[in-house]
Amino acid sequence: MFMTNVPQAFKRTSGSSLSRQGGIVSRRRELTEILFQGLFMLSAFIGVLSLGLIGFFVFKEAAPAIEFSGIGGLVAGTDWLPPALYGILPMIVASLLSTSLAVITGVPVGIMAAIFLAEVAPPLVVKIMRPAVELLAGIPSVVYGFFGLVVIVPLIEQVFGVPSGSTILAASIVLAIMILPTVITVSETSLRAVPNQYKEGSLALGASKVYTTFFVQLPAARSGILTGVILGIARAVGETMAIIMVMGNAPAMPEGVLDSARSMTANIALEMSYATGIHSSALYATGVVLLVFIMLLNATLMYLNRQTSK
Amino acid sequence: MSRNLRNSRNLKDNVLQGLIWASAVFTMGFLVWILFYIISNGINHVSWSFITDNYSRIDDSSGIWSMIVATVYMVLLSLAIAAPIAIMTAIYLTEYAKPGSKLVQLVRFCTASLAGIPSIIYGLFGMTFFVTVMGLGFSLLSGALTLAILILPVIIRTTEEAIMAVPLAYREASYGLGASRLYTITKVILPSAMPGIVASIILSTGRIIGESAPVFLTAGMVARIPESVFDSARTLTVHLYMLTTELYTQRDWDMAFASATVLIVLVLSINLLTRLITARFNKR
Repeated sequence: MFMTNVPQAFKRTSGSSLSRQGGIVSRRRELTEILFQGLFMLSAFIGVLSLGLIGFFVFKEAAPAIEFSGIGGLVAGTDWLPPALYGILPMIVASLLSTSLAVITGVPVGIMAAIFLAEVAPPLVVKIMRPAVELLAGIPSVVYGFFGLVVIVPLIEQVFGVPSGSTILAASIVLAIMILPTVITVSETSLRAVPNQYKEGSLALGASKVYTTFFVQLPAARSGILTGVILGIARAVGETMAIIMVMGNAPAMPEGVLDSARSMTANIALEMSYATGIHSSALYATGVVLLVFIMLLNATLMYLNRQTSK
Repeated sequence: MSRNLRNSRNLKDNVLQGLIWASAVFTMGFLVWILFYIISNGINHVSWSFITDNYSRIDDSSGIWSMIVATVYMVLLSLAIAAPIAIMTAIYLTEYAKPGSKLVQLVRFCTASLAGIPSIIYGLFGMTFFVTVMGLGFSLLSGALTLAILILPVIIRTTEEAIMAVPLAYREASYGLGASRLYTITKVILPSAMPGIVASIILSTGRIIGESAPVFLTAGMVARIPESVFDSARTLTVHLYMLTTELYTQRDWDMAFASATVLIVLVLSINLLTRLITARFNKR
């Protein structure tokens, strides 16, 4: 921030003193300057405008469905039977269940892998593993979905003896892998940001290296790690294609993790192409519920950031 | 310290140490497994004709040429829309706006929020706004406009960082020589920030290639080479998804593996490219 502060002051004076001396050339130059400043400012508002439009249209299109079944009928309704009932509770449960399972399994692995990268691994290993984690983040979600479909789904069928392996469990495993890179990268950065004195102090007091990592450095980095976890949750809740490919997509209330289920995102993607009227509006309402979850996560994130910057 | 206590502490340390190593091996193992499994099953079916043939379910040719072309068009068009806007936004935020002003906060808040919105919501929005309200139909243009908003935050953020990394002395020297603000931006700041900007554009290229849900909701899934921006287009990711919904014969499986292999190779090369550019950038 402070970098841009300084030139700001003298840029303003240099511009005006130049124009005072010159004739037409500098007048034209000043005009171009103003024109471009306007253009830059206009561009900055396109992001603002986009967000506004997205919010406006999603909520507006959801309104008829909310009017038709009421917020209670939508959010607490257990039956999705268009064109009569538009209960999205099964989808909410499926999304939350698959996400929580993914977080429970993926986050510890991710944090430990981050500790490995930040504290344990020799430089050469870090040099190989960090790009690998980046690659993991770059693999398209359909590829994860395809992998889940050909490897994890049949595996679940064999291990648990269920007729179809397209289950919440399969989705959770795929999601757990998908959130790994997010959790690892953010956690590693915040672990590395912990002042070295903390570690040195702890070691000097006779604590072991592992103890220091887990009970001194990890707590010191917790807000950064939490940020990584929240970003991972957001990725898992918002994931669409990979889940469609491995969760079976039955719009009924799941009875266990070995049940087929449909996430909120899958509901939108699967039915949007042919839905009309209230049905289509109910899909927007599903989007609104999803947005509310994301907004809650973002609010937590902003709160955390404010805490750390204090 | 008693020997017993020390032993139990050693044990605990060893267990934790073991877990740390296991997690690292697990992470790397999954990556290698995914890459190896898909490439080893797909590479034999990636032939020259697979890449250059057009796709048709009628005469049983399952080439992916039209999908590759559609993906390239989608990348170019989305970047052509998003990159100028994002770069200008970053210039405004770093060089013009007062740091910390209400306006900067608003723009920052909005870009951060945009970055957090799940891609399926972009698909929903694009389908209403670009496809229906603006009447663009399921087309390359609708898809590109939707993806442009999706990658906007990425390019803004990284460009901002690249511009802020340009040493203050460069600006001072330029202004000291009597250069105007615009001249300084175009001739001094942007060239110095270029590697960072290029890296962010390549990063977004990867993002565009990888997206699927918002693409099939806005650009449709017609497997033909689009002749204009108003034609529907099927990108590689959407194609792979479509293939997995109709896996009946061994040939279907082979084609799906081959398409996934092409996608992975694409992503790998983009990753390497970003790495090369950032490495050069850091060396300077």
